[in-house]
Amino acid sequence: MGLSSDDGVMQSTARQVGVEHLLPSPEPVRLLDEHGTQVLPSSARRDYVMPTPERLRAVWRAMVIGRRLDAQSTALTKQGRLAVYPSARGQEACQVAPVLSLGPGDWLFPTYRESMALFTRGIDEVEVLSLLRGDRHCGYDPMRHRTAAQCTPLATQLPHAAGAAYGMKRRGEDGVALAFVGDGGTSEGDFHEGLNFAAVFGAPVVFFVQNNNYAISVPLSKQTKAPSLAYKGIGYGISSEQVDGNDAAAVLSVMDVALAHCRSGNGPFLIEAHTYRMEAHTNADDATRYRTGEEVSTWISRDPVTRLEAWLRERGVIDDETVAAVQAEAEEQAASLRDRMHDDATLRPMSLFDNVFATPTPQVRAAEAMVRAESEAGEQA
Amino acid sequence: MSAMTSVQRLTLAKGLNQGLRKAMEDDPKVVLMGEDVGKLGGVFRITEGLQKDFGEDRVIDTPLAESGIVGTAVGLALRGYRPVVEIQFDGFIYPAFDQIVSQVAKLHARSLGHLKLPMVIRVPFGGGIGAVEHHSESNEAYFAHTAGLRVVAVSDPADAYWMIQQAIRSDDPVMFYEPKRRYHERAEVELDEAAEAPLPLHRARVTREGTDVTLLAYGPTVKTCLQAAEAAAAEGKSLEVVDLRSLSPLDLDTITTSVKKTGRAVTVHEAATFLGMGAELAALVQRECFHHLEAPVLRVGGYNIPYPPSRFEEEFLPGLDRVLDAVDESLAY
Repeated sequence: MGLSSDDGVMQSTARQVGVEHLLPSPEPVRLLDEHGTQVLPSSARRDYVMPTPERLRAVWRAMVIGRRLDAQSTALTKQGRLAVYPSARGQEACQVAPVLSLGPGDWLFPTYRESMALFTRGIDEVEVLSLLRGDRHCGYDPMRHRTAAQCTPLATQLPHAAGAAYGMKRRGEDGVALAFVGDGGTSEGDFHEGLNFAAVFGAPVVFFVQNNNYAISVPLSKQTKAPSLAYKGIGYGISSEQVDGNDAAAVLSVMDVALAHCRSGNGPFLIEAHTYRMEAHTNADDATRYRTGEEVSTWISRDPVTRLEAWLRERGVIDDETVAAVQAEAEEQAASLRDRMHDDATLRPMSLFDNVFATPTPQVRAAEAMVRAESEAGEQA
Repeated sequence: MSAMTSVQRLTLAKGLNQGLRKAMEDDPKVVLMGEDVGKLGGVFRITEGLQKDFGEDRVIDTPLAESGIVGTAVGLALRGYRPVVEIQFDGFIYPAFDQIVSQVAKLHARSLGHLKLPMVIRVPFGGGIGAVEHHSESNEAYFAHTAGLRVVAVSDPADAYWMIQQAIRSDDPVMFYEPKRRYHERAEVELDEAAEAPLPLHRARVTREGTDVTLLAYGPTVKTCLQAAEAAAAEGKSLEVVDLRSLSPLDLDTITTSVKKTGRAVTVHEAATFLGMGAELAALVQRECFHHLEAPVLRVGGYNIPYPPSRFEEEFLPGLDRVLDAVDESLAY
């Protein structure tokens, strides 16, 4: 039988639409090769411009400092000063370049692995680490820094980013929400819902997937059968791109395109950055149980910091003296962080009752009174 | 305008609708969002006419995804909005459970008070409408168990009108439970605050005074208890009915004052009794009223089984007879 289009019985909702404008480039966008030599992103579907040397120098400096603080943070776990630390070593380009590409009105939605991104955001390091020290669940003021509290349940921050970006759009603000998520997080339902809502609302969100190949121990091959995570945007009608996540110049350039896309009222943008987690999931994890040393060593040669440093040296933007100065600066910040983390904060148990509700309930007040009475009795005893 | 004209006879559904309308008129930051809330006016028509009058930006038909609805509402709240979310049916709230429990409830505390989540999550709940599975659940205890959420349940048109406005004005997130089988109950509602001040959101109300046994109920079972009290009165028993209205926080003063007076308490809700609100009420009442109690606190509620197919509803739901049996058991202790 078959139905022809003029039956009038059934109308297909399928539309012939071009998808080319949504597609990511066939290869990850790259502006610097592994040796730091500038290359043309010849297969890229969009125009990616090499950022200015000044911006790249700022990215490099923040990566050097971020890496040092990251190493210091891991060391602090061994000294009992942090309960746990999820390192992002190897992912510096993803942590730093997107944050530095943001404007003053933009919002950031981080996960627990974004310590370096938050340091780069200018949030006090001790405030950032108070989550991992166990002092507070979020040590900084999210409103002041336009940076949401770090999300631990994976991908839950993505609908928040969609809603906040939609709110900014409704208010006529120019702001964009940058939302980080990892490769494992793309399997969560909230990844789907966050992308879908952002697309439907035309919300200016840059979804930045740091594909570091592992969700704790589970490799990407067991996470998805998508040709690349960047292809996940197409189904939502979201323009997407994949980038060499260890090439800070390319990450910055792709972010520039993504932010311009969002600011021009084109809705969200999805970026998959191919990178690698050089450390274990956290200091409590043993990565040798699920990946080989050979695999890890192949990523050493793709190091994001040395790559950009080579280009900056070659272009004469930095020299031995600059490198030594920034390393000294990084050491100084690490020493300051170490000292400040060794200084135990005075914890006030009664503060636990302060912010359960904006207006405390009688039940919270009663619990507070009980604890206060216990503590006073303890002091008298 | 005379005081007479400020009284209207409304259904519970219309009370909610008018309350939402008033809240939207009072504050441009109030936005409604959910599945089918716009053009259709919601499957129960609670938001009827609001999109037409306030526009698609204020009454948002969202994609069909509860976690996404609640999650984007969190983001909107971060940017200064006061979202009112409709969960279409009680049994569809579970995909949003993570957002509600891990994010909505905790963000204020996690951010040391820097973030406020002034949002309302409306949940039509309970059975008795002959619906298919997942449309008749009473899941309020999950949320009342979660610190950081306020949980209320309305039982009549006047409360529907006022409590929805009070919930929207709250700077804390409020889970707002609506007894769907009572949506079409009618009553006079005083719409003028000056003529009659509404009870605060978290206060319980003694809906019927009595001296022998206190019935503690909320939402759909308030009416059941009022009917039971009427029937008991014919037999010379005087039952006091307390409408809890707020499940978290609980208005313990009103509850204990009543129980201390009567010396007996029976809790009545549709949710399963095991670890339901009645369990908490029984524990609190025995702690606070121990020396006044003449009998153990008894619980009447759903059996500890999955909500049954609708043709078994009458057996499952706590009706008049089960309430009166519990009253007799208490009096015969």
